[in-house]
Amino acid sequence: MDPPHSLFFFRTEPPMSPILRLLLRRLGISVIVLIGVSMLIFVIARIIPGDPARIALGPNANAEQIANLRAEMHLDDSLPVQYANFVVDVLRGDLGTSLYTNRPVTLDIAQFLPATLELVLLAGIIMVGVGLPLGILAARHRNRWPDHLVRILSLLTVSAPSFVWAVILMLLFAFYLPLFPVAGRISDVYEIERVTGFLTIDALLMADLAVFADALHHLILPAVALSLSGIGQAARLTRANMAETYEKPYIEMAQAFGFFPNRIARIWAFKPSLIPSLTIIGLDFAAMLGNAFLVEAVFAWPGLSRYGVNVILRKDLNAIMGTVLIIALTFLIVNIIVDLLIALLNPRIRHSTRGGEA
Amino acid sequence: MSVLSINDLRLSFKGLRGKTDVLHGIDLSIAKGERVALVGESGSGKSVTARIVLGLLQELRNARISGDVLFEGQALAAMTAKSRADLRGTDMSMIFQDPTSALNPTFTIGRQFAEVLRRRDKTLSAETCATRAADALAETEIPDPARVLASYPFQLSGGMNQRVMIAMALANRPKLLLADEPGTALDVSVQAQTLKLMHRLVADHATAVLFISHNLGVVREFADRVYVIYRGRIVEDGPTAAIFAHPRHAYTRALLDAVPRITGAGLPDVPEVSDAFLAPHISHGSGS
Repeated sequence: MDPPHSLFFFRTEPPMSPILRLLLRRLGISVIVLIGVSMLIFVIARIIPGDPARIALGPNANAEQIANLRAEMHLDDSLPVQYANFVVDVLRGDLGTSLYTNRPVTLDIAQFLPATLELVLLAGIIMVGVGLPLGILAARHRNRWPDHLVRILSLLTVSAPSFVWAVILMLLFAFYLPLFPVAGRISDVYEIERVTGFLTIDALLMADLAVFADALHHLILPAVALSLSGIGQAARLTRANMAETYEKPYIEMAQAFGFFPNRIARIWAFKPSLIPSLTIIGLDFAAMLGNAFLVEAVFAWPGLSRYGVNVILRKDLNAIMGTVLIIALTFLIVNIIVDLLIALLNPRIRHSTRGGEA
Repeated sequence: MSVLSINDLRLSFKGLRGKTDVLHGIDLSIAKGERVALVGESGSGKSVTARIVLGLLQELRNARISGDVLFEGQALAAMTAKSRADLRGTDMSMIFQDPTSALNPTFTIGRQFAEVLRRRDKTLSAETCATRAADALAETEIPDPARVLASYPFQLSGGMNQRVMIAMALANRPKLLLADEPGTALDVSVQAQTLKLMHRLVADHATAVLFISHNLGVVREFADRVYVIYRGRIVEDGPTAAIFAHPRHAYTRALLDAVPRITGAGLPDVPEVSDAFLAPHISHGSGS
């Protein structure tokens, strides 16, 4: 009898590497998700009350002006036609013009996205760089005082949302103890040549350490505020997964062979525990994009989130859809990166012959 | 001088509902190169004895240990936790019940082997580790050591992992090997092969073995001397041949009767508990 895989008689080429197959599958799923997100946003933006043309023209516009603008914006076409136009434009890299800034939405996004990404990336680095070691420390000293301390601290950070931390941190370290600037990305005295839009990186490109230090100085407080609950979450997760790993025979084996307790914690118990934690840490990281809305508001951070709030309040359809699409795209990219990281860490996926389900 | 000598070892765990006694005074000794079996049912205290010898239970805060455990004449209780840890993986090592779950699933065999080898000599380079590991694997009759070193445990069969465990446990030429029900999780035929292999290797290197098992058939083939443990007490000890030919303690006889015969006489009747099981310790002498 034929082996079952010969059903796929057309698959004669050698099997793809599992990592590549995983990547292709995730990319395929991402495209479907993006289509879904665009439809959803499109429909929601059209059914919320208020006429975008009337809002754009202001209270003094007459009916004829409004009708003209509506025709210009294709608002009188049927929804499917409007959606089709939208998709064609997006594929050509045209997100339309923002009624709020009167500029192409792509330009607005190019201006505001780097500020948000810089903030979220630093917050993510802080979350991983502080949260994971704290979790390892707690797990290494399970049920002793370092563990209790970490668990109390992480409970504290998880239980307050990031905008509360933003206000608290701002009061403590910018107002009472003026160690950090209150708002903005950079002091007015500095001129920065925009290359990447990441001010820290642009400053380094200019080889100007003073500017770099100033940009970083502005970045720290909002990034910490944004990362605090993520730190607590990452620490708790790592601690919990590692505590479970510590019960495994291979840890007892490591102990029986006299591996050093710190190395057992950092290497032999950490890696198997990281794999289940990573998915959730990745989600937390992506969720920071949303939390950044409020942190940016508190710190007057000129990022995409603040732009998003403004355009939503003005019912600026093109800008809303562009912003949401970009955030969804970033979310998907983060998820793909996390999936690939997991596959790289987990030899069972890397060496599987059946593809990336795990 | 014996490699391991245990006198009046007692162990209890302090819990919320008071003290639970686990060992009630164990006496046991193993001479250099001697293979000694500790036999008993699950919960009798076999495994905790091995973990006290390794110094692992001493690290638990709720364990109360008294009595002497002398390793090469040195009292473990008098040593610092650090010097007890220094013995692990160098002069003592251990083989576990299920080789596949006792190897870390996220690292290659080679990486784990290197860590074991560096217990003896921290300065070993990656290349030296790889060569030595390959030599050690070749000793356990693994056909393609380089491929095995590059593999993850889940890519190897249980029997192969068991050979890896044996090679790791003997790589640093320990003076004492603790084998806690080795291969119980494997197929009977694979278990037999790997035990035979282990038997040959420990004989070659004159490694003393504390062999913990409930499988009397395996013990009979493997051990020079047998200690029978029941509920934290040694009830009978002596040379393997003497114990199997003339079991004198009621519990030993019950244990021997409990082995199903391949000739088929139905499953044997064994009483759950009997007062006779608690009769005092009987020794056949060392027999050597």
